[in-house]
Amino acid sequence: MPGVGLNNVVKAYGSTVIIPDLSLDIRESEFVVIVGPSGCGKSTTLRMVAGLESVSAGTIHIRDRDVTYAAPKARDIAMVFQSYALYPHMDVAGNMSFALRLAGTPRAEIDQRVKRAAEMLELTDYLDRKPKDLSGGQRQRVAMGRSIVRDAYVFLFDEPLSNLDAKLRSTMRTELAILHKKLDRTMIYVTHDQIEAMTMADRIVIMDQGIIQQVGSPRDVYTAPKNRFVAGFIGSPSMNFLDGELHGSGSKLEVHGQGFKIPVSKRMQITANAAKDRRVTLGMRPEHFAATANKDGKYAALNLDVDVAEYIGSSQFLAASLGGQPITATVDVGPDAEPMGSGQYFFDTNRMYLFDRASGEAL
Amino acid sequence: MANAAISANSSEPSAPDGDRSVAKAPRDYRNIAPYFFIAPAVFVMLVGLVYPVFDSLYLSFFDWKIGEPFSKADNVGFTNYLRMFSDPDVWESIWVTFRFGFWTITLEMFLGVTLALMLEKPIRGASIFRTIFILPLMVSPVVVGLIWRYLFDARVGWINYYLGIWFGIEPQVWLGDAELAFFAIVFTDIWQWTPFIFIIVIAGLQALPSEVLEASRIDGANWWQQIFLVKLPMISSILVIALLMRLIDVFRALEVMYIMTGGGPGRATELLSLHIYNRAFDAQLLGYASAIAVLLIVIVTVLSAGILIIGNPMKDKSDV
Repeated sequence: MPGVGLNNVVKAYGSTVIIPDLSLDIRESEFVVIVGPSGCGKSTTLRMVAGLESVSAGTIHIRDRDVTYAAPKARDIAMVFQSYALYPHMDVAGNMSFALRLAGTPRAEIDQRVKRAAEMLELTDYLDRKPKDLSGGQRQRVAMGRSIVRDAYVFLFDEPLSNLDAKLRSTMRTELAILHKKLDRTMIYVTHDQIEAMTMADRIVIMDQGIIQQVGSPRDVYTAPKNRFVAGFIGSPSMNFLDGELHGSGSKLEVHGQGFKIPVSKRMQITANAAKDRRVTLGMRPEHFAATANKDGKYAALNLDVDVAEYIGSSQFLAASLGGQPITATVDVGPDAEPMGSGQYFFDTNRMYLFDRASGEAL
Repeated sequence: MANAAISANSSEPSAPDGDRSVAKAPRDYRNIAPYFFIAPAVFVMLVGLVYPVFDSLYLSFFDWKIGEPFSKADNVGFTNYLRMFSDPDVWESIWVTFRFGFWTITLEMFLGVTLALMLEKPIRGASIFRTIFILPLMVSPVVVGLIWRYLFDARVGWINYYLGIWFGIEPQVWLGDAELAFFAIVFTDIWQWTPFIFIIVIAGLQALPSEVLEASRIDGANWWQQIFLVKLPMISSILVIALLMRLIDVFRALEVMYIMTGGGPGRATELLSLHIYNRAFDAQLLGYASAIAVLLIVIVTVLSAGILIIGNPMKDKSDV
């Protein structure tokens, strides 16, 4: 299969296993974002694809070719680093053309490719400047330009936007998405920022402790997280988790916990009724709370003790507690509302998640 | 005093500009503080460095011998300088110094950089090799001179002994032959000072950002290309500084040659600094020696400025 394939890849340093057993197939032209907390092995995975880290066991394929032991330059890849990794002694044109010059590409073609990439990235006016004379965003674009002129089969990005400020980051996110459309190349992008993952990815790979937790579209991983880790990692602010127990059966199934009794939604009833262990963790996303009940009645009323209500424009972010357990909620009350206080709030039960308390797997 | 300064400081920033002139706010001591702190260093520099330089400039206009009161010394104007420019011995020692500098610095740079590139990677035993290579730097120049004088000795020296045993080479009078003596002092200098280049370069190489080197691997650079197109250009400022320091050292070098050869045979190994020393304390020509010392300062200054202009170490200073 064309694209990029990792088959039972293992990475260990001595007796320390970083990645126990990882398999992943990435389709041609796909934009895959690997996301996870620090130290989850996402960068190591990317660096193994790049050939910058050796593989302890398993194989890596790029475009049907086994590249497990191939040198980085023989893999037909381009990479953008977090620190940009520009050559400080070369000007922008020199940085962008370095790979082509090493490959002995004719001068005219180099000039043409650099010119085209510079136009695409609006760097034409800066071609004779040194990296130190550029802003962070411009440097990042040069780093991208360096990859673009290569016209590689796979583009690898290692947290390329982490050093930029928030505004520039969102601009560059859009530019990257446009770039992917224009170039139509396979892109593997590593980040710890779930917003970047959600906005750019065709598919998201969520990793924790060297293990892939879930692979799916942004919608999949948000609406149907496979386990508690994915549920807590995707979504901002994070999902609330409350311990509870299943009571009753059939359509009368409820989750009981400290300070709450919530009916299990129809969507969840079949799997929840089948659960062997009645001890569960209830997952509620902060954005699925409301200050007023919705009309179809699929809600649970909950008494929240609000500690702080933070004003964030048209909604308010509540740091509260329910039956003594901390809980956060984002309620859409309009920009003119007074700070919300303790009292009754409503949770949309259609949006509830249930996890097996012991294993953390979704029911 | 210190308390007063502190309270003045703390009240100052909040006072609006307009109020300052009216209320006659206490003087802002913050402007003076930095000068206060560097004063001791400046004082030492003035007494230990600037004063002797100007004093030797002053002295170069006199004809003065040790033991004679300076008040009796004759002011001879530019006579010392005129004599110097027509003195073939001075020119010969300048030539020896440049030849010595060329060979030592070229070979030391080459060897130091090569060794640093070889021992930069964390290979097994690298730290042991690094320590061994640095050892010559820790030996005092006088001791270095003595060690190598005995090693190069024509009758009892190990060098002749082992050259004879291993290669069947006849004993050479190393320090008695003009060419061989010059080779001996170059060799000794390389032995002592290559580690200096090595340390500086290896520190520079290890400080290079790993991502840039990885980027060059992905860009397709092989080992040689990575060294010549990425690593060395990125540490060029460090190389310039190392070169500059070695250059100044060459013009300072004295002890080793003084002990090994005393400048001989003839003037074959008489570097400019040794020549000045011999003129000052052997021939007792303090004024004339001072004039040559002034020439030495001029040469070093011109060379240093030239290197700094050509390869400004701050030019590529960058946070990339």
